Amino acid sequence: MSAIPDIAVSLTVNGERVSRRIEARRHLIDFLRLDLGLMGSHTGCEHGVCGACTVRVDGRIVRGCLVLAASLDGSQVETIEGVSDSGEIVDLQEAFIARNACQCGYCTSGMLMTAADLLKANPRPTREEIREHISGNYCRCTGYHAIVDAVETVAAKRNGRAGP
Amino acid sequence: MNEIIDPRSVDRPNSYIGKSIPRPNARKLVEGRGQFVDDIVMPRMVHVAFVRSPHPHAKILRIDGAEAIAMPGVVRLFTGADLAKHCEPWVAVLAHLKGMKSAPQLPLPLERATWAGEAVAAVVAETRAVAEDAVARVRIEYEPLPAAVDMETALSPGTPAIHPDLGDNLCFQRVNESGKVDEAFAAAHKVVEATFHSARHTGVTLEPRSILADYNRGSAKLTVYHATQAPHMMQGVFAKHLRMPEGDVRVICSDIGGSYGIKVHVYPDEVATAVIAKIMARPVKFIADRLESFATDIHARDHRITARMAVDAEGRITAIDIDDLTGIGPYSVYPRTSAVEGNQVVNLVGGPYDFANFRAKTTVVFQNKTPTCQYRAVGHPIATAVTEGLVDLAAEALGLDPVELRRRNLMQDGTYPRTSPAGMKFEGLSHEKSLDTLLGMIDYAGLRAEQERLRAKGVHRGIGLASFIELTNPSPFMYGIGGARISAQDGCTVRIDPDGSVMAATGVTEQGQGTEAIIRQIVAEAVGVPIGEVRVITGDTLTTPYGGGTWACRGAGIGGEAALQSGLAVKEAALKVAGAMLQAQPDALDLIDGQIVERKTGQARMPLAELARIVYFRGDTLPPDLPRELMQTRHFITKEYPFAFTNGVQACWLEVDIDTGMVNLLKHWCVEDCGRIINPLLVDEQVRGGIVQGIGGALYEHCVYSPEGQLLVGSMADYLVPMAAEMPDIEVGHVETPTRESLLGAKGAGEAGTAGAPAAVMNAINDALKPFGAKVFAQPFTPERILAALGKVPARWPVESPAGSPSAATPAPQPRAPGVQAQAAEKSPSLLARMFGRR
Amino acid sequence: MKAPPFAYVRAASLDEVFRLWGEAGPEARLLAGGQTLLASLAFRLSDPGILIDITRVADLAGISQVGNAIRVGALTTHADLGASDLLRRHVPLIAETVPLIAHPAIRNRGTIGGSLAFADPAAELPACCVALDATIMARSAAGERRIPAAQFFTGLYATALAQNELIAAIELPVARPSERSTILELARRSGDYAMAGVAAHAQLDNGALGELRLVFFGVGETPVLAKGAMAAIEGKPATPETIAVAQTALDADLDPPADLHGSAEMKRHLARVLLVRALRTIAGSEEAKAA
Repeated sequence: MSAIPDIAVSLTVNGERVSRRIEARRHLIDFLRLDLGLMGSHTGCEHGVCGACTVRVDGRIVRGCLVLAASLDGSQVETIEGVSDSGEIVDLQEAFIARNACQCGYCTSGMLMTAADLLKANPRPTREEIREHISGNYCRCTGYHAIVDAVETVAAKRNGRAGP
Repeated sequence: MNEIIDPRSVDRPNSYIGKSIPRPNARKLVEGRGQFVDDIVMPRMVHVAFVRSPHPHAKILRIDGAEAIAMPGVVRLFTGADLAKHCEPWVAVLAHLKGMKSAPQLPLPLERATWAGEAVAAVVAETRAVAEDAVARVRIEYEPLPAAVDMETALSPGTPAIHPDLGDNLCFQRVNESGKVDEAFAAAHKVVEATFHSARHTGVTLEPRSILADYNRGSAKLTVYHATQAPHMMQGVFAKHLRMPEGDVRVICSDIGGSYGIKVHVYPDEVATAVIAKIMARPVKFIADRLESFATDIHARDHRITARMAVDAEGRITAIDIDDLTGIGPYSVYPRTSAVEGNQVVNLVGGPYDFANFRAKTTVVFQNKTPTCQYRAVGHPIATAVTEGLVDLAAEALGLDPVELRRRNLMQDGTYPRTSPAGMKFEGLSHEKSLDTLLGMIDYAGLRAEQERLRAKGVHRGIGLASFIELTNPSPFMYGIGGARISAQDGCTVRIDPDGSVMAATGVTEQGQGTEAIIRQIVAEAVGVPIGEVRVITGDTLTTPYGGGTWACRGAGIGGEAALQSGLAVKEAALKVAGAMLQAQPDALDLIDGQIVERKTGQARMPLAELARIVYFRGDTLPPDLPRELMQTRHFITKEYPFAFTNGVQACWLEVDIDTGMVNLLKHWCVEDCGRIINPLLVDEQVRGGIVQGIGGALYEHCVYSPEGQLLVGSMADYLVPMAAEMPDIEVGHVETPTRESLLGAKGAGEAGTAGAPAAVMNAINDALKPFGAKVFAQPFTPERILAALGKVPARWPVESPAGSPSAATPAPQPRAPGVQAQAAEKSPSLLARMFGRR
Repeated sequence: MKAPPFAYVRAASLDEVFRLWGEAGPEARLLAGGQTLLASLAFRLSDPGILIDITRVADLAGISQVGNAIRVGALTTHADLGASDLLRRHVPLIAETVPLIAHPAIRNRGTIGGSLAFADPAAELPACCVALDATIMARSAAGERRIPAAQFFTGLYATALAQNELIAAIELPVARPSERSTILELARRSGDYAMAGVAAHAQLDNGALGELRLVFFGVGETPVLAKGAMAAIEGKPATPETIAVAQTALDADLDPPADLHGSAEMKRHLARVLLVRALRTIAGSEEAKAA
């Protein structure tokens, strides 16, 4: 089986229509990085465990390394660049900076996507609920405490309360 | 909680040192706009993938790449012989580790593979995917050889030497002894002993090892984008081994996704990538995938230590005696060597305590397993676990509270400088004050009361303490004196630009800990400008002063001091110019908030930008002989102490489910004395991250090998790293005992969390299990080992006992299918773990 | 860890799935959620040659009530299982199970059909389906078959599906008012495959447990219906005495393998502990809690 880019896909990435011919085996993260030059999404394991590749497809967070770009014809994909530029997660980003919940930054794209997903579904999460929701996002630098603080702060502010 | 200061609202202008100011480079990272090596794309860039040995030890008889090279998109194939023509071999030994030996190593081996995963051939292709396709088509004929995979028998007569030229499998051995150990044990009131195990594990940086090497044949220059902690060191390595002048090699670090020591070593596949780039004269990229990372990132901490401690009737420690055995890889890793971890164990055991009789032996042996080397806290977690484990045993034997035994034996505050029985020189530590601070934070009496109350209900919680020392700010005594071209000094250049902004170029590097942030704070305060005016350049051998990079917690203490002195020198130079311009004495002036002011009155006289404009564009208006270097460089090296030792103490509060062996971490605390703190927020987060990394080794992480030498954990599903749901909140407190070796007074802090955490967790588990007389000393403390200690399930290797040496009860778990067969691999329960070995 | 090259086709209907499948040959794989398949391809564990994407086949989607059962389309994601009002009301065991499966991002793509077809012995949903006495609707070009869950899992990663046969839907019995169920697992970290787990399902009548089904997972090649342990409790209340008898009987029900987490004996031990805890939970009585 030769590696020929022969699958046509047409989808929307961060609000922009893109059309490409790609190899069937290309996963979404490689599509974003190699075909579209969007480097904000990362791979850390390429087998769906570490969460570094977490992006949004049709409104839901997914492991980008476990989704074939070929299967996303007609889909809406949002990456860290998109949710950053739209301002959707600006309060999460500010909180991560202020609380130093981002050290090397490699897990941060996926972590922010997951945190945003949590607050959409659960605007008042407990610390345990925050930890549970990000339990599939590996961070080696922070030990997670600062990340939990940052998400808790944002949740409180969005609900008009003081943070931790 | 540290107060996070809005930089626009500091109370005193430019007083940034000691403030929790957010990092300037965090913004791009939270926007996904950092630049990691794999983000860089260059014209005509190709990718290299490696054929790796499935055998732990084998002769390479034949490499047939004909089918691979014929595939569309495949450009070249290289063998060991191809690369050897263009590369000097290296040997990783240090002269001051007497007797240390290792074998020469090349980027790809010529004749033998000596660990499962070692790269034996390289395929270059237009994409990584095609390179991997081609790797699968390379046919290599191996003759498997006996493998040395049990460190206990590495030196036995029946075990063949991995490198016959070396004679045996001994890399290094050392006995560190002082006082009269045997007499002390003979006269002891009580002797406690145990055999401790620390399991082989690895760093698991989320960004894998990454390198993009480009050679321009026209300019004869090699440019390497490298995820490394030590770019100048790598510049020297590439220059030496690729036979180039150092000035023709440039190493650039962009953003790095975690390192923790993993990325400070020389890896054969990374050198191979650089050699290939030089041969092909085009950019060549290598990004290790996760399988390769598990098999070839350095491993660490594979130790068995038999240890005993003598105490007198007053509860004073009189002697400590340990025998450490550690199994490394088939080569010592270059250039830091794989003997340092064992050497640090024998230097650090017993560290916090006041006693006179000490003996520590380390035996470092070669194995046909992944090479090992320095990984965050190098040796400290092991030494601390042994020491603090013995201390708790002694407390129990004497009927004393563990806190009380520590109080009777910790080196007292105010009794410095002094030297430990292991020969470590301490300038000033604060063990007692740190312990008092910690006990206040944890409400020790309250925890004990709760423990007792819950025990009556069958709920078993434990408190574990761990006092520790940690070496930081290393001098040449660590590596330099051994002949390694590893720099213990560092430098910073500070320059005022025409608009009054300030650039600072530093030889220490950033991997997320906040190096750029603290250099910015120091320079802003030293020069006297608002922090927003300062930009920091790191990680480029061409544009920064020659330095050592970041390792052994030297960034703040050494890099920071160079930045401080350089900033002060720039201010002094600016004030001399200002004096000439304002007809004033320079020492009657000051530079504050970017303004030249009168020191006495604070009256602003001239903006710094104006001074800079004159210097750079209207030098004709200044006195002709006036020195006007608004750019100054200072280098710093420690002078008196081989290391700036720091100290700390941790406490772990946990619950053990005695039916399942599962451990629930309830809370963790650390009091850390790292001298002058530059940014409390960053230090605390280094401590927290380090603690969780230590917890990983204590409870979860283990590079498990089959008896045949196959690594059984090759995926993140099988190799367990700490994730958020199981980790506790961590409270951090501080004592500050500055060092007088520098103006800044800062020591290091990055590794302290990892140093103390495993000991605290172990002591807490054993405290929880006290009613049952069960103890665990072999990390990771898995549910199986805890249940075995409780007598509820049979023990697999090693056997847990309060006082005993390891014995093989039953052999280590056999894989259900050997790693090499695909079909069997599909069938076995740890699906993803069986992959390794097919490559 | 790039997958080997393969071809990709997308089916719009069940008929098209079978046509493409027939043309493709025995190595072809169906692509549903892809959470297991794509990970295994990253490790080059197989070389399928062609993937047939079935995610847009409407017949395989949807959750509806059909008589006394809830029919769940094979393509239902774990997330949708968890969000389903029908399932929450009528099959509470499934709702309780979903949060245990992996992590949110995986649950948004992984499907119940995929989980059952892959048949990992440490997975939760296969054990739940056996505990619920569910029926798997298998479809092929020849038509539909109904396979009881207890007969569906035949060996390590092996099911009763024939060549070119797929799971179309799963029928889960609607809970009666007397139903009690629970799922318990012991995993090192949230979302990990279980070291050992149990799905328990029974009718509670005057303190006695009837129609008891105890299904252990992570302790053998397939989910294990612990018939001996079940017989020891069937029709009786869960008391320290009956539970002790059940624990002894359980030993004969299980033949666990050793793995990275522990020896066979360790899995037996964990299973015994889970048995007690599961019975306590579903019996809910003070007596059971004292066991």
